[in-house]
Amino acid sequence: MNVKDWIGKERTDPPGDIVCERGYVLHWLEATENANPKFWDPSCDISPPSMLSVWMRPLQFVPGREDTSMPLSLHFDLKDAFDLPDGVVSANEITFYAPVKLGDRITTTQKIRDISDEKTTRVGTGRFWTIDVTHRDQGGEVKGVETYEMFSYKR
Amino acid sequence: MNVGDALPPLEVEILARHVVMGASSSRDWQPQHHDTHWAVERVKVKDIFLNTPNQAGWIERYLTDWTGPSGRLAKMRFKMKKSVCAGDTLRFDGTVAAVDNGFVDVNVLLTVDGEVATECRAKIAVPRDDNDDPWQRTGEDWRP
Repeated sequence: MNVKDWIGKERTDPPGDIVCERGYVLHWLEATENANPKFWDPSCDISPPSMLSVWMRPLQFVPGREDTSMPLSLHFDLKDAFDLPDGVVSANEITFYAPVKLGDRITTTQKIRDISDEKTTRVGTGRFWTIDVTHRDQGGEVKGVETYEMFSYKR
Repeated sequence: MNVGDALPPLEVEILARHVVMGASSSRDWQPQHHDTHWAVERVKVKDIFLNTPNQAGWIERYLTDWTGPSGRLAKMRFKMKKSVCAGDTLRFDGTVAAVDNGFVDVNVLLTVDGEVATECRAKIAVPRDDNDDPWQRTGEDWRP
């Protein structure tokens, strides 16, 4: 497997299965025991910025869908290509632009920035890679840009 | 707000419920965030652990506890060095690292038993004056 063939590869996943909605916002606040009155106000029409990546994660069951779709599909393709079954996120950077509003449906574009040589760490032998993810709403407005640094490995 | 100011610390006893709810609310069904057997036998940690987006959520909550509801998260970068597992007491500490025209940079440390689990540098927008609402900033005025 040639690493160079993968660096710079870009892919846009289909639009998210779910739209931004208030039930999820309340679940998020519940999970982090976040009392921020801005988001508990029933008239609030945006989601907390840190929820950015929630809206790209697919449903685990959809009638008629054969395979379980995965978020960050390029990451999982890389794991398959290099035969590295396990993975962890080691760092995450997120830049927030316009807040995601209730009713927005997010589409993400992923791009592989770099892939390391093979390395051995405490958990196993594998590779680090960096993937940039741009989140856009249905109108194409950029809502945020994330960078994930992952380590994928085999024991 | 001045460089060097310390944010009030926060301590949370992380229960399995926090980990699972964090995974659920971020729609992350990787098994290490809900399946103890998988976490222990496959990932070799002591229990299920907080996922990445949920940590982002906790950090936002920690920062806006301090700024109040006008605080608007602009940017964050965090590095996870050690898993935060069910059963851990997670402590948050923060220090103001930079203040620049309505944006404040904060260094946030998440520790368990004095050991750093996650370190974060975050930028959060705060009002410049009584008439400024960071949530209304757009274009040139929003430079995360």
